[in-house]
Amino acid sequence: MSEVLLSIDPAVEAPSAAPSAASATGVVQPLSQAVRGRPGVIVRVAGDLAGQGVLDAGELERRLLELGFVEGARVEILHEGLFGRDPIAVRLDDMRVALRRREARAVEVRFEDSAV
Amino acid sequence: MTATVLQPARIALVGNPNSGKTALFNALTGSRQKVANYAGVTVERKEGLVTTAGGRVLHVLDLPGTYSLRARSPDEAVTRDAVLGRLAGEHEPDVLIAVADATNLRLVLRLVLELKQVGRPFVLALNMFDIAQRQGLRIDLEGLSRELGAPVVTTVATRKRGIEDLVAAAEALFVAHAEKANIWREPTAAEIRAAHGQAQQIMRSYVRPAERPDTLTGKLDGVLLHPVAGLLILLALLFVMFQAVFTWATPAADLINDGFGALGGLIGQIVPEGLLRSFLTDGLIAGVGGVLVFLPQILILFFFIILLEDTGYMARAAFLMDKLMGKAGLHGRAFLPLLSSFACAIPGIMATRVIDQKRDRLTTILVAPLMTCSARIPVYTLIIGALIPQRNIWGVINLQGLVMFGLYAAGILSTLIVSAVIQRLFWRTGSEPFMMELPAYKVPDAGLVARQLWQRAMIFMSRAGRIILPMMVLVWALAVFPGPPPGATGPAIDYSFAGMIGHAIQPVLAPIGFNWQMSVALIPGMAAREVAVATLGTVYAVGDVEGAGLSALQGLLHAQWSLATGLSFLAWYIFAPQCVATLGVVKRETNSWLWPAVMFGYMITLAYLASFATFQAARALGWG
Ligand SMILES: Nc1nc2c(ncn2[C@@H]2O[C@H](COP(=O)(O)OP(=O)(O)O)[C@@H](O)[C@H]2O)c(=O)[nH]1
Repeated sequence: MSEVLLSIDPAVEAPSAAPSAASATGVVQPLSQAVRGRPGVIVRVAGDLAGQGVLDAGELERRLLELGFVEGARVEILHEGLFGRDPIAVRLDDMRVALRRREARAVEVRFEDSAV
Repeated sequence: MTATVLQPARIALVGNPNSGKTALFNALTGSRQKVANYAGVTVERKEGLVTTAGGRVLHVLDLPGTYSLRARSPDEAVTRDAVLGRLAGEHEPDVLIAVADATNLRLVLRLVLELKQVGRPFVLALNMFDIAQRQGLRIDLEGLSRELGAPVVTTVATRKRGIEDLVAAAEALFVAHAEKANIWREPTAAEIRAAHGQAQQIMRSYVRPAERPDTLTGKLDGVLLHPVAGLLILLALLFVMFQAVFTWATPAADLINDGFGALGGLIGQIVPEGLLRSFLTDGLIAGVGGVLVFLPQILILFFFIILLEDTGYMARAAFLMDKLMGKAGLHGRAFLPLLSSFACAIPGIMATRVIDQKRDRLTTILVAPLMTCSARIPVYTLIIGALIPQRNIWGVINLQGLVMFGLYAAGILSTLIVSAVIQRLFWRTGSEPFMMELPAYKVPDAGLVARQLWQRAMIFMSRAGRIILPMMVLVWALAVFPGPPPGATGPAIDYSFAGMIGHAIQPVLAPIGFNWQMSVALIPGMAAREVAVATLGTVYAVGDVEGAGLSALQGLLHAQWSLATGLSFLAWYIFAPQCVATLGVVKRETNSWLWPAVMFGYMITLAYLASFATFQAARALGWG
């Protein structure tokens, strides 16, 4: 296994820091209202934003978090369903995740205005 | 090593879905595995054996995939309880193997941090390392191992690479006895966030992003998840699948039928006429044949299902079907069990374990038998062949084919409507959130597909077989005892218990147009739907319906049944719970007799109402 032992310089640029969080410009929108192909960064995940659902707000929030919807992660809608453009498939950092727009309301995203 | 027997160790595999856990379990244990159920719950328990280089036996338990120890479904609860050593009837594992997809580490690192709190020694298996290398992803294994305080081993489960290292690492941990106190408790949202931060930090320090990330998945998704093209491709795929299930399976099923027929004939020549011969040929051999005959269809269907799952397409199919399923109050994942129910509701009901929420799962179980299973085909074919004229309408559409299509459509439609009613009116809940990872596409591994297929076949045979066989024998007994009095003229079944029950319920069935022969046929027809065809053959005394008897029977039915009666019988078979094996599996899966009772009750009510409406409407149209 020695072939794969590589020491990596920790100072190398962090993978998910690409869209700089420092530039506080851009619009904040729930992921449910996002348009396809416009990348953004998650700024808030809060179950109560999704309103009354099958899951209580806290449970929804924890599930979203466990699936990687966490503040600072990059998201972009990749695909939409045929009917009512629902559900949506999003790129979430390096993964792809599918969810319904209903639950996507609990995820607030900052989109850079340049990408419009 | 001396001849002393080393103390065996218990190992459990934990990991995210799609991390290659199944492949790794197979690579570890090969054919030394067995599948059963956990005591009291319906989750599949897969255990296998490995012998280490030093001769120690490891019992390896494959736990259901999860993102968190905070369980959300019965499957995930099993993982949590097994890891924590709380599962009734299970020993706590000595060592955990955390299985990770090396190309997708972020979520699994958070799970690993949770595992660490449990205090069990664990080794991290970085699986799919071939893909990681191909992508130019670089991982500092030593650093990662130091950070996590656990050995890290790279594996390629499908090539069996790194397996010895993994086994050796697990054994070393077992020998070292380095358990710590268990400080795990359900994390709060804040704790999950903190753990994500920590995982992110670990990623930054020890993992350098892929130089050549996978672009194929994105390109394929562009087509396969396209709102229109994607749906069309899915439909085409399903079409091919069902063509295959129905056309490829037929020769094999015929072969099995003929084989068991020949075996019955052989026994008929050796064993003298009488009860023993009847039991052997009509009870036992017919019963075993009745189980085996479904095997070709099940195998072909599961071949496709496993292929779709292993390539990563199944999650896409669930995505594409989610809206439609959502209309029925169901989850996109209910699509798979319902699809399987086209072949047979039994594997379909067994497949509902992919659904997280208990109520969604129960609803799917309850409606699965409404999908037109293949056991209805012989009944449909018999009645359609006997009573629906063989002619074309508008020159192109075959009328018999149209009726067959209508029966399938009625099955699908009633499945969706009944589940919507159950979800909206009875549970009064919306549907469970649909949230799932869309894994990267992979080329499936032939060996792994074959092994999983074999496993499914064995599960079907032992589970369904153990229920169907005794039922077949019971039904045989009902139809044989008591024997006809001396000098009786009618068919023997008429004097049996089945005959008595059939005659007793006949007045109730008169308003839906059933004659006594049909009523009698329903009783043995409980064994399995297609058995009704054989019983009709018996009560009409045409003999063996496998051969020339079938057309004789169709001729008789054509002469004796009105069209209204025939249509009513077809309507009955769309809904009626004419299958004790299904009811038995529901009992097993729900662990209660309540749900099979509910299923029986609602299905027989629907069947009666549908037949009544059909019969009366047909008579009003002058088809009586
Ligand atoms: N290239 C490669 N493919 C793998 C490896 N392990 C598993 N796979 C494939 O990944 C897919 C999913 O694996 P599976 O074991 O079913 O994942 P599970 O959901 O974790 O049980 C299958 O198509 C496997 O053949 C690996 O180490 N290398």
